[in-house]
Amino acid sequence: MSLLEARDLSVERGGRVVARVDHLTLEAGETLAILGPNGAGKTSLLLALASLLPARGELLARGEPIRDLLAYRRRIGVVFQRPLLLDRSALDNAMLGLALRGIPAKTARTRAHAALARLGIAELADRSGTDLSGGEAQRVSIARALALEPDLLFLDEPFGGLDAPARDRLIADLGRVLRDSAPSVATILVTHDRDEALALADRVAVVMQGRVCQQGRAAEVFARPVDETVAAFVGVENVLAATVERATDEITTLRVGEALVSVTEPPPVTTDGVLLLIAPDDIVISRQHGPSSERNAFAGRITAIETIGRRVRIALDCGFPLVAHVTHQAARDLALTRGETVTASFKATVPHLLARGRGN
Amino acid sequence: MELIVDGITEALRRLAALDADVRDAALASLVVSGGATALSLITGIPLGALLGLGRFRGRSLVLSLVNTGMGIPPVAVGLFVAILVWRSGPFGGLDWYCTRAAMIAAQYLLAAPTVVGLTAIAIQSVDPMLRLQLVALGATRWQLLWILVRETRLLLLTAAMAAFGAVISEVGASLMVGCNIKGDTRILTTAIVLDTGRGEFGGAIALALILLAVVFAVNALTTWAQQRRVA
Repeated sequence: MSLLEARDLSVERGGRVVARVDHLTLEAGETLAILGPNGAGKTSLLLALASLLPARGELLARGEPIRDLLAYRRRIGVVFQRPLLLDRSALDNAMLGLALRGIPAKTARTRAHAALARLGIAELADRSGTDLSGGEAQRVSIARALALEPDLLFLDEPFGGLDAPARDRLIADLGRVLRDSAPSVATILVTHDRDEALALADRVAVVMQGRVCQQGRAAEVFARPVDETVAAFVGVENVLAATVERATDEITTLRVGEALVSVTEPPPVTTDGVLLLIAPDDIVISRQHGPSSERNAFAGRITAIETIGRRVRIALDCGFPLVAHVTHQAARDLALTRGETVTASFKATVPHLLARGRGN
Repeated sequence: MELIVDGITEALRRLAALDADVRDAALASLVVSGGATALSLITGIPLGALLGLGRFRGRSLVLSLVNTGMGIPPVAVGLFVAILVWRSGPFGGLDWYCTRAAMIAAQYLLAAPTVVGLTAIAIQSVDPMLRLQLVALGATRWQLLWILVRETRLLLLTAAMAAFGAVISEVGASLMVGCNIKGDTRILTTAIVLDTGRGEFGGAIALALILLAVVFAVNALTTWAQQRRVA
């Protein structure tokens, strides 16, 4: 029996459906990332799942419809993008939910202290919530939720207001806490950041324009998006029109422009040709020319080199456009320059095939 | 000029001598206005909080009425209460006419809209996300109200100060329902009116100085409390 199950759940605002999910389940100990662009309806969906926003449809906790909203809310913890602390000490803030539940002060203090310690901020217990840095305040906010020992933890873009170092440290610490200290807590994380989803989530639900379009294991969703829209959002930049040349039980050979690409995935059933999807991170750039150990290796001229955060984006003309992401270290080691020719290669297991026109 | 100098000299003499009439009027003012303000806070803060948080049909109308109440003329309230507690009025049986109870009732009606209105504004000024966070933490409606009231206590202190300032300075309603009885319902403002009418400016100035001192003390105390919290 799932810890939480939503069936045909939809949230309306101003007579318009802003979030909708046909079926969604969450098991104990699992972390589900609701991933989507800004304005996609992720937060509305999370609030509906937390019973903080009225919604149509069915919402079941441990198989039972949620009738007593207060009782349900007292089994969950919610962390928003802003810490929303009161003008009290960090410890008092961490104790707040426990106090509201009528937990005796001594027990509440012990649990709140333990939660602060798990988040690495026990020494800030006596500091006022309004005197903390953004990262510290958000840790108190998470401690406040964890001190409740909830069945379900809802995190609404909890790293959104933090600078990069604070964000990275908190993601790492939260992942450790959820794994080690709260292994039975089921977590829903709303984020627009693929790295956060990859770092913390077991499963991902991609929300586009208010609708959950794909759910699955994180690696599966990122490697096998169901349509071009999801592909674009999860960072699959290479979406190439292709035709099937031949297909065996083991290998599908596709023609992309003048080039032939080998793929282990069987071709989709379609009469309109296929789309070949390749994540830029899965493409290897090298200076090696000639035969490659990879099935797919193409000589390509570098048309653009751009820095995008921790990666360098290399645009290539291989007779067809191809984009690869490499680390800054790799870009330095290879001394890549615009206009020169390099080899782009990827394994036959990497590309994902879609029927052309799906999702358009 | 001589009139003013004589008045101030007489005022200082009466203050230094702790004149019984002056003392009685000052104490009566504090009892009546303090009582009315306390009652308006006890009832007005929960009502204002509910009004600030609630979403119901007619809320805008209620808010408009409350805002109107904040500017209602004291003589209109005095007339209304006088009719209510008049011997043949609906509450004539209480025998409140010309008593401090009637004065407290009148001043309560003057103070309450200020407390209700400013509390509603204070509660509405709280970040809606904080309200949502408290609900998410499992707060009942009453727990939510209590925390929001605590979080807005500086603004509510201002509401209390405004209410007290309004009623301790009013004269019309108190005069109409209290009858200005010496040693009982004679308060600072009604005593000032009486002394001025008689041309006894020394007494009037002494009473006015006390009134100003009380208003200043309350404001200074409130400001100190606010600044202490801000610091």
